[in-house]
Amino acid sequence: MDEKITVQMSCPMPKFDFDVITLGHGSGGLLTHRLLQSGVFNLFSNDLLDQQHDGASFELNGKIAFSTDSYVISPIFFPGGNIGDVAVNGTVNDLAMCGAEAKYLSLGFIVEEGFAMNEFWKVLVSIKTAAEKANVKIVTGDTKVVEKGKGDKLFINTSGIGIVHTNAFIHHRNIEAGDAIIISGNIAAHGIAIMSLREGLTFETSIQSDTTNLNHTVLALVSKYGKDIRFLRDPTRGGLASVLNEVAELTQLGFHIDQKLIPVQEQVESACEMLGLDPLYVANEGLFVAIVKKESAGAFLNDLQKDCNGIHAAIIGEVLADNGGKVILKSRIGGRRVVNYLTGEQLPRIC
Amino acid sequence: MKYLSEYRDPEMVEAFLKEIHHITTRPWTLMEICGGQTHSLVKNGILNMLPANITMVHGPGCPVCVTSVSVIDEAIFLAEQPHVIFCSFGDMLRVPGSKKSLLECKASGADIRILYSPLEAVQLAKNNPDKQIVFFAVGFETTAPSNALSVVQAAKLELNNYSILASHVLVPPAMEAILSDTNNTINAFLAAGHVCTIMGMEEYEPVAEKYKCPIVITGFEPVDLLQGILMAVKQLEKGEHKVENQYTRYVQREGNRMAVDIINSVFAVNDRVWRGIGTIPNSGYEVNEQYKNYNARIKFNIDIEKAMENKDCISGDIMKGLKKPKQCPNFGAKCKPEHPLGAPMVSSEGACAAYYQYAGINHV
Repeated sequence: MDEKITVQMSCPMPKFDFDVITLGHGSGGLLTHRLLQSGVFNLFSNDLLDQQHDGASFELNGKIAFSTDSYVISPIFFPGGNIGDVAVNGTVNDLAMCGAEAKYLSLGFIVEEGFAMNEFWKVLVSIKTAAEKANVKIVTGDTKVVEKGKGDKLFINTSGIGIVHTNAFIHHRNIEAGDAIIISGNIAAHGIAIMSLREGLTFETSIQSDTTNLNHTVLALVSKYGKDIRFLRDPTRGGLASVLNEVAELTQLGFHIDQKLIPVQEQVESACEMLGLDPLYVANEGLFVAIVKKESAGAFLNDLQKDCNGIHAAIIGEVLADNGGKVILKSRIGGRRVVNYLTGEQLPRIC
Repeated sequence: MKYLSEYRDPEMVEAFLKEIHHITTRPWTLMEICGGQTHSLVKNGILNMLPANITMVHGPGCPVCVTSVSVIDEAIFLAEQPHVIFCSFGDMLRVPGSKKSLLECKASGADIRILYSPLEAVQLAKNNPDKQIVFFAVGFETTAPSNALSVVQAAKLELNNYSILASHVLVPPAMEAILSDTNNTINAFLAAGHVCTIMGMEEYEPVAEKYKCPIVITGFEPVDLLQGILMAVKQLEKGEHKVENQYTRYVQREGNRMAVDIINSVFAVNDRVWRGIGTIPNSGYEVNEQYKNYNARIKFNIDIEKAMENKDCISGDIMKGLKKPKQCPNFGAKCKPEHPLGAPMVSSEGACAAYYQYAGINHV
């Protein structure tokens, strides 16, 4: 997780006719063509994309996983990454949570008129770098431009197709009382990194987003532990608390977690205290929750901690039959409480 | 990890709990004044760790919860004026007014910003001379100095596009209102540490004396709260009624004089309507005559009909400690955080929201 991708100097920005994206770039005419040629086709070149057809045709063997996500982050550049990294990693990770190795991505842009060309280029280069790191190909895409004020700089949609590993049996139905709840690293970094830049909340911090691709990490574990991995989910929006609530509701089992076992960076925890936010509900981009058979949990954790995406991984609790459908937190001082879904956005407190 | 771990130390918590269990011989009812304290009690699971004969009731110390419907309506009126940027602390946005909340108002296109400090609003005023910036100055005595400072700052910068909608509330008059209620069951108070950091201890002494009621100025962390409870129970068991200070790391007897002076330079004490409780005399701050140009009520000539509270919400009884959230027939049914009938279900400090979020556990 520590290796962070920065804009590669080996991708110099091609010469565009404009400094900003204009409505013409989404018209389907010459400007669109030029933008796509130099900005997309050359940059993401691969055998399927190079056909420049309306869609990509290919053969796949085995069970397929298919996922889509839209990315509307503000601000689009933040410490540790940008919207481009998240757009690739997010969909790759959603597929990984199905036990699938991402193979192909679609890439859709909705750009607001006036968006700076050099910023667009930075995002494109990040997408290229993230896709290479995740070993996934961008094979089809779309670009639309909306009038100034009708968007927020840049929205991205990616859909992904992956092949499910033959050892993967990931389904909430497989979860049993006694299973261990494992988190792959420190929680809440992404949300706090983003928040540190928002208007009205600016504070100095070195907190970085944890955005990264998890497919290599997860697939190695799936291959080795197979059926003993009952369930995987990445706690993005809504954080750890929301994921655990979803799965508690689906299984009607009790998810018991221990606050002192949940890894949080000291800086992130301090920022949450200062802002009046609960780190359990803050977004993550490079984490996963695994529900693992009790007997395999120790070995699973050991392997995960050896991976760069799992250095801070920890067993944070267990699934029990009591308090079915609820998430129960044992506080640092030993008191117990229910952790509920969040209502709407977390709003900062007065005092 | 200074101030994050020391006051959450399980061994200290254990030691205080043991002593509380040891010295408690009779049933006592304690009220923690501040919503931040309520939240910490529930969030850390402390309520379930106390002896069965100690009852904690949750006081009116959540500024969001006690802000009346008509003040929310005033805020919405201002936010909907052309060229206004309306600035607020975050948790005021979800509070229902008589027709809608500021959050709904924002979704319909009003320019509403969530800020952490009123001084950021002054900066906004400086940067946007063609806009009117209004700051929603809510809170107890704790937030009053910075809100007052924003007015002083705006005056110094000669900004004529900054004003505040003041809805400040004061703790001692509310305590008296609770203690003088004929149905009162409160034996002792945990006073709000942050309010006293500003105001000091002295104004609580006549209250403790008049109502023979122990008052312990208490912090917000688990160790603070348990020590505060212990100090209060010790007094009750001995039949004492003193004002004591648990939160010594911040609270001084005389308070923060500089902060009090700035409050007094900008605000005047006035009567204030508390949501669910009604009007309490001399229980709020309004912008004074000298700074009336910074009073949004005067500047925008607000004249809207005073709305009635939702009759289905028993927030008054909850905040006076007469009822627990679960005793409300609408709790968790008609009234949930996503559809609050009243403010205590909205704010993260509200007693109803705290119960809804954190309680409801089956003990095994």
